Amino acid sequence: MWCSGCGNGLVTGSLLRAIENLDIDTSKIAIVSGIGCSSRAAGYLNFQTLHTTHGRALAFATGLKMVRPELTIFVIMGDGDAMAIGGNHFIHASRRNIDLNAIIFNNNIYGMTGGQASPLTPQGEKATTAPYGAERNFDIMKVAVATGATFAARATTYHLPLLDKLIEKGVKNKGFSVVEALTYCPVGYGKLNKKGDATAMLNWYKENSIPVEKCTTVDHEGKITVGIHHHQAAPEFVEEYTRRTQGVKR
Amino acid sequence: MGQIEKTRLFQGNEACVAGAIAAGANFYAGYPITPSTEIAELAARKLPETGGKFIQMEDEIGSMAAVIGASIGGAKSFTATSGPGFSLKQENIGYAMMAEIPCVIVNVQRLGPSTGIATAPAQGDIMQARWGTHGDHPVIAFAPSSVRETFDLTVKAFNLSEKLRQPVFILLDEIVGHMRENIHIPHQDELEIINREKPLPDQPYKPYDEEKEVSPLASFGEGFSYNITGLVHDEYGFPTTDSEKTKKLLSRLQRKIDNHLEEIILTEEFGMDDASLVVVSYGCTARSVRQAVKMARKNGLPVGFFRTATIWPFPYEKISAFADKTKTLLVPEMNMGQIFGEVERAVHGQARVVGLNRFDGEMITPDEILQKILEVI
Repeated sequence: MWCSGCGNGLVTGSLLRAIENLDIDTSKIAIVSGIGCSSRAAGYLNFQTLHTTHGRALAFATGLKMVRPELTIFVIMGDGDAMAIGGNHFIHASRRNIDLNAIIFNNNIYGMTGGQASPLTPQGEKATTAPYGAERNFDIMKVAVATGATFAARATTYHLPLLDKLIEKGVKNKGFSVVEALTYCPVGYGKLNKKGDATAMLNWYKENSIPVEKCTTVDHEGKITVGIHHHQAAPEFVEEYTRRTQGVKR
Repeated sequence: MGQIEKTRLFQGNEACVAGAIAAGANFYAGYPITPSTEIAELAARKLPETGGKFIQMEDEIGSMAAVIGASIGGAKSFTATSGPGFSLKQENIGYAMMAEIPCVIVNVQRLGPSTGIATAPAQGDIMQARWGTHGDHPVIAFAPSSVRETFDLTVKAFNLSEKLRQPVFILLDEIVGHMRENIHIPHQDELEIINREKPLPDQPYKPYDEEKEVSPLASFGEGFSYNITGLVHDEYGFPTTDSEKTKKLLSRLQRKIDNHLEEIILTEEFGMDDASLVVVSYGCTARSVRQAVKMARKNGLPVGFFRTATIWPFPYEKISAFADKTKTLLVPEMNMGQIFGEVERAVHGQARVVGLNRFDGEMITPDEILQKILEVI
């Protein structure tokens, strides 16, 4: 499914290593995905996998988590899937602090349909539907933190050991965890913006990223901040609902 | 079980929730919309009493998604909405049809198009129920005419949904949804409750077996690793674009409904033996029709009453069977003639078909129907 040079396989690899390290019973893992390049990862994984409709993966996962709270649920989405068509579900999953692990494969573009602008296409950069430059873009970390997510972290496909760890930490957070995995699309975003091949794009991530912890001490203007942006416990939605309703009698 | 028989003054929307819970519903996701809101409010209060769960989602699309997600987790799930929300739910309804996920969708119809009149009744979503989601697919839709029938058909909707792994619609309307009637609620042990078939443990599992009409459905969390998708898929649920497999899948989806028409199609009739005119009706309009036909017969007119509680699949054969014995079929409905066209298809030129339509938010009265009968008989 994925083009040669695509970074999505690297993110999927991180997810699998994190699952391996966490040593979770695989029958208690569900993968829910939306529509787009990254969401096709579900079909490659030998778990209980649910490939849903465009933008709605978090809403499907909300219903599933409510009736199966024992499941560890990963919700795989692309940047357009999670932040454009699925933006409403994202902010409300975040507000509820439901125990889902959102893994957003951010390649800054709509890849499957051939390179249209997403809310994560950096402002001014080109896309087939933004030939004169893209609109102002979102910062997923800021959206996640502002809407109530209890864990928000980012890494790129250059920082795979970090990405593994962030996914693991996200799973350990009892609540809504957002891991933004910056991947790259050499044939879509890369080609339109003259970013070079896959190796060049990986190197770009290497040279333009900075650990978020260092942001207070050095100039990080224009750099990608990687690491844990936010981690603060709060009551989890399904546990709260169960607590509030368990005494209810006919 | 030694209980006193329960007689309750219920509105249709309340009977719908009672029917759902009696059928084993334990999950509801929805979004407030008039005139269906009582269903959400009652589900929110009642479901936790039996260990069920309720969520008010952020929008109509999300509530349909959550209903499907919960069903995949093993719940019997449902939602309720009205026209605008039914429109928004359509993509995910199509998903449930394609992925064969049981669930029940209640649409308490109001006047449209668009926001229309939120508090006015209509029967305008007949064709939206049939063709609202894209692509070819079978549909099951019931239209109750009374509060008691709302209870019964809700139970039946869950049963068929579980048995056939098919989303099922209940097309209420503002009148039946908000009307209050004194009804007898059957004892739980009087009801036949059907639960979806589950795969046997430690056996190879095909969630979409080509050899079976309907395959067992493993709940997520039970340890069967398989894929669910809205893409055309093979027997294991993995995507394919193979034309042979595509044809097989879509044919099977249609066939599983076609093979159960007798069980799905529910109709009621009287005065048909001598009828030269038959009034065909459904939903709230059938209440006025019943009165009008009784008045006509009291006046010696050979008028028959034919009501269908099942809108889809439509009872083409039942109507065709009496069409050649009558001269005229009168079809009153609160829309511009949605079922009218289906009746014409069933009659196929064997008799004249006449419509009586209101689309002004007011119910069609028995007098109006009687007047029309006198005009066209």
